[in-house]
Amino acid sequence: MLLLTCPNCGLTVEETELAPGGEAHLTRFGPASGDAEFEAYLFLRDNAKGVHFERWCHAYGCGKWFLAARDTATLQVFGTYSAQTKEPPAEILESIAKGRAT
Amino acid sequence: MRRFSAFAIAREALRHHEGWGRTWAKRPPKARYDVVIVGAGGHGLATAHYLGKNFGITNVAILEKGWLGGGNTGRNTTIIRSNYLQDPSAALYEKARSLYETMSQDLNYNVMFSPRGVIMLAQTHHEVRGYKRTAHANSLQGVQTEWIGPERVKELCPIMNIEGPRYPVLGGLWQARGGTARHDAVAWAYARACTDMGMDILQTCEVTGIRRDGGRVTGVETNLGEIGCDKLGIVVAGHSGVLAEMAGFRLPLESVALQALVSEPIKPCMDVVVMANTVHGYMSQSDKGEMVIGGGTDGYNNYTQRGSFHHIEETLRALVETFPMISRLKMLRQWGGIVDVTGDRSPILSKTPVEGVFINCGWGTGGFKAIPGSGWGMAELMAKGHSPLTEAFGLERFREGRFIDESVAAGVAH
Repeated sequence: MLLLTCPNCGLTVEETELAPGGEAHLTRFGPASGDAEFEAYLFLRDNAKGVHFERWCHAYGCGKWFLAARDTATLQVFGTYSAQTKEPPAEILESIAKGRAT
Repeated sequence: MRRFSAFAIAREALRHHEGWGRTWAKRPPKARYDVVIVGAGGHGLATAHYLGKNFGITNVAILEKGWLGGGNTGRNTTIIRSNYLQDPSAALYEKARSLYETMSQDLNYNVMFSPRGVIMLAQTHHEVRGYKRTAHANSLQGVQTEWIGPERVKELCPIMNIEGPRYPVLGGLWQARGGTARHDAVAWAYARACTDMGMDILQTCEVTGIRRDGGRVTGVETNLGEIGCDKLGIVVAGHSGVLAEMAGFRLPLESVALQALVSEPIKPCMDVVVMANTVHGYMSQSDKGEMVIGGGTDGYNNYTQRGSFHHIEETLRALVETFPMISRLKMLRQWGGIVDVTGDRSPILSKTPVEGVFINCGWGTGGFKAIPGSGWGMAELMAKGHSPLTEAFGLERFREGRFIDESVAAGVAH
């Protein structure tokens, strides 16, 4: 059972309380963009085997979205952070570097 | 290749079964092949087989990171059906189903195809309308299915409780010619036929890089050394994204874990396949007597071949309500496979941005049923550059908005 800490309410909860929302840090493209950009935004995914940045919603809790860094090959969680970020914060990157070294 | 026959059994019985020989040959890799297929699962082996059988291309190697048929080919619930809604899907899956019918004879290998019939239960009024529509679409497509009422469902599967409190059975979509087959035997049969045509099957051969020269593939790097090729077929299901990254392009896929489980063997009690998509569960009985059960996928990306326990709980809860007699059954084993899911729940059989590289992926939760048809179309695509079977399943459909939306037919069980 996957356990994640919601940075919005501070609770560490089981995955049954959460709704997964797919890859994080996607660049949004709207109607004015070209077909290739729109395709990349809507469909193309890194689908990484390894570190994956992803969106989660604390659906059966505070109801708010947050982001998580997780290894899809080991299920190790490196940390969770606010959804109001354009890229993973320094402490998450540090936690990934430390976690993958051990 | 020594043919299997009643005479062969008698002959071997008289000499202590010492003359059977290997099912497929073990040879070291050559430096170069016309075609290299990555992935010796059902789809990869079927592609290689039809390249040889239909197009005479036999200088082919099939590379496999693990062991032959050890991925999703050996992890599925062996259901075969073709009751899809959209025309391109119906054509592809019906081609596959029809090839399954004669596969044992064609490949001289018993794949135990059992056309026992598949019922997809309708347990909401939406599903009733959806399946009636599918039945009409199927009759136009030449796929034999029919809408049946709850009494007929009960007659076909007496152990079912059709008057469940939450989701009573309102009817079903019945495909009498659907059924099951022995999944490992399908891989073994194709492997045997491939090796008989002189193709090389290289197990424990992991691709670590894809060599290109001016936008064209020239070969692959593997742990067994470099192997040159003119054409490369990537048929690796869950790990498609990893191979695509090596070739330098991205795919509209996400890899998630799908789980299945089997019960202890019991006396024959159910001679059809039942799929219940509303409550997330499907079940059939194997020839050994085990109840073979599948359920839903996890929602998050995962490459670990194990999924979340609560999905098993949900599946069993739903099935116990639908089949009360299984409530005391012990489950023998449970496993997971990594499935690659596309946005429209339809597969990708396509050329790629790299010339000479073709990809067959995105079968998501239901690739086993399609193995022969997928191999047939993929072989034609690789040999001739186009195929009527795979035309609609190109990568460009996502950019162009030509989805083959099968989430109704395939949303859960597959």
